Amino acid sequence: MTVFIIRRLLQSLLVLLVMSLLVFAGIHAIGNPVDVLISPDADQLERARTVAAFGLDKPLHEQYFRFLRNALAGDLGRSYAYSTSALALIAERLPATLELAMVAILMAVGLGIPLGLWAGLRPQGVAGKSIMAVSILGFSLPTFWVGLILITVFAVELRWLPASGRGDTRLLFGVPFSFLTWDGLRHLLMPALNLALFNIALVIRLTRAGAQEALLQDYVRFARAKGLSNLRIVGVHVLKNILIPIVTVIALQFGSIIAFAIVTESVFAWPGMGKLIIDSIRILDRPVIVAYLMLIVVLFVMINLLVDIVYSLLDPRVRLSELKG
Amino acid sequence: MSMPPDSPSLPTRAARVDHTAAATAQETPLRRFARDFFHSRLAAIGLVGLVLIVLAAVFAPIVSPQNPYDLAHLDIIESRLPPGQTSADGHITFLLGTDEQGRDMLSAILYGVRISLLVGVVSTVIALVIGLLLGLLAGYAGGRLESIIMRVADLQLSFPPILIALILLALTGQGVGKIIIALVAVQWAYYARTARSAALVERGKEYIEAARVLGLSPLRIMLRHLLPNCMPPLIVVAALQVASAISLEATLSFLGLGLPVTEPSLGLLIANGFQYLLSGKYWISVFPGIALLLIVVAINLVADQLRDVLNPHLQTQ
Repeated sequence: MTVFIIRRLLQSLLVLLVMSLLVFAGIHAIGNPVDVLISPDADQLERARTVAAFGLDKPLHEQYFRFLRNALAGDLGRSYAYSTSALALIAERLPATLELAMVAILMAVGLGIPLGLWAGLRPQGVAGKSIMAVSILGFSLPTFWVGLILITVFAVELRWLPASGRGDTRLLFGVPFSFLTWDGLRHLLMPALNLALFNIALVIRLTRAGAQEALLQDYVRFARAKGLSNLRIVGVHVLKNILIPIVTVIALQFGSIIAFAIVTESVFAWPGMGKLIIDSIRILDRPVIVAYLMLIVVLFVMINLLVDIVYSLLDPRVRLSELKG
Repeated sequence: MSMPPDSPSLPTRAARVDHTAAATAQETPLRRFARDFFHSRLAAIGLVGLVLIVLAAVFAPIVSPQNPYDLAHLDIIESRLPPGQTSADGHITFLLGTDEQGRDMLSAILYGVRISLLVGVVSTVIALVIGLLLGLLAGYAGGRLESIIMRVADLQLSFPPILIALILLALTGQGVGKIIIALVAVQWAYYARTARSAALVERGKEYIEAARVLGLSPLRIMLRHLLPNCMPPLIVVAALQVASAISLEATLSFLGLGLPVTEPSLGLLIANGFQYLLSGKYWISVFPGIALLLIVVAINLVADQLRDVLNPHLQTQ
């Protein structure tokens, strides 16, 4: 087990190193940041001063090692556009994204499990069939397109909900959150639903499949024979047994929800780190791009590592094949 | 044929038996495939829709009312007209309205569909070829090579596609070629996995053994014997992937990371109209959106039926 974890850790470190090299090298392949930073009518001296200030005059490998050394010390460079630390800039936007992601996950569970149970218990009914049809749409519709339709319907036509921004926020542990105010909640509803849609569809499918399988099991027949009410059988016995895979998948989805927040945040102008990265790519704010990409890679590597460890704890076969391979 | 597959009433079943009995003599695999495919009405609708969309895209220069990128024909006075208005000189009726440059939306959409389909199909085909070859190689050769290829594929599949595409485009910049590269990079691992698992199954069968005993070269065995038998699952994956490639390209273009303004795909058209959406000028964004939706749904309908027809386990009805 320890060998397995150490191996996985080393692999993760290697991935991080390769990614940092790729990101750093790639970022230098696009446009010259000097053109973005300095106004065209600046003189040579001014140009040289700015270039030196950002360390852009050093050879590439030297810049990379300096970047790596600073990165290990928690410094991923200063944003060209905001002239603050790139990491601090992202950290400032992080709570908005996390809030959106958490609400989306809650929605996926809160809507997906009941709907999936309904579809699983009455697969031939009209409601069951329509739930499944809608879940197919949830899989195949592009996220940004659904966001657009939501805005058209609920913000432009019906004028029920605001189309963009975060609304009023209130501090909790010194961090602003939207879900604590009524206005913030109204702003939160549409983007969170938009982000949740794919996962709602996913949870519906998982729950339905799980429920249909569980209903054939002996313990359900036994519970029925015992004379338990339908509500109790489904609510306690079936649900308890099908919840494990659903919770696992939802936990796994956390990373991709953060990734997909890029799209949702851009559509709804939600000031999270997804919107920040898109804005930074547009204005070639290299340090922010690098810092975001590195952070997201670290996040994913960590999630994958965690999943691997949990799986190997649950299923010894995974560990064995790893050790051999 | 007119009956949905899950409600086989007696007459149709009898008719089918008659039909198959009479046709077994000259029934080619292709004909059997076509019969199975059109068994689902929904899939038939999807296929007809898809053919119409492809035809409209291919013949866009002929069918569309105006050339949306010939600036001489655009009049800024006719910008943002709602659907159904006629142009000042009475030449065109803007069935779907006009955009901010006075461009007929119908024409812009037809040209946009062309670009979206092209990018989706080209990237899928390239990714299919690369993934197929790597997957076959991994499945047939095994050993170190297999573990390296599959490790890389696994690693890549642990990241969501949009993130990989975003990283690549953030690093390389915009352009048709670059977005195709990004879409290929996103997709190849799916094919490599599918091809490998198909190859692993086929590798143990007698015909491969026979080919090996005959002394055929590994390359020949891989390409002439293994490849054709691994194709059906790959065709299904490819059909589904075209839809997701098109929708990913639209997403990236919408974010301003995909295609340049000179190559306006559906995603870019939607993005252009987005700023007018809030002032109630819905048609600039919504109609390209509906076009995108129709493409994705049509492809998915066809792909789903392909999966059912090409899956030997389901063919025992």
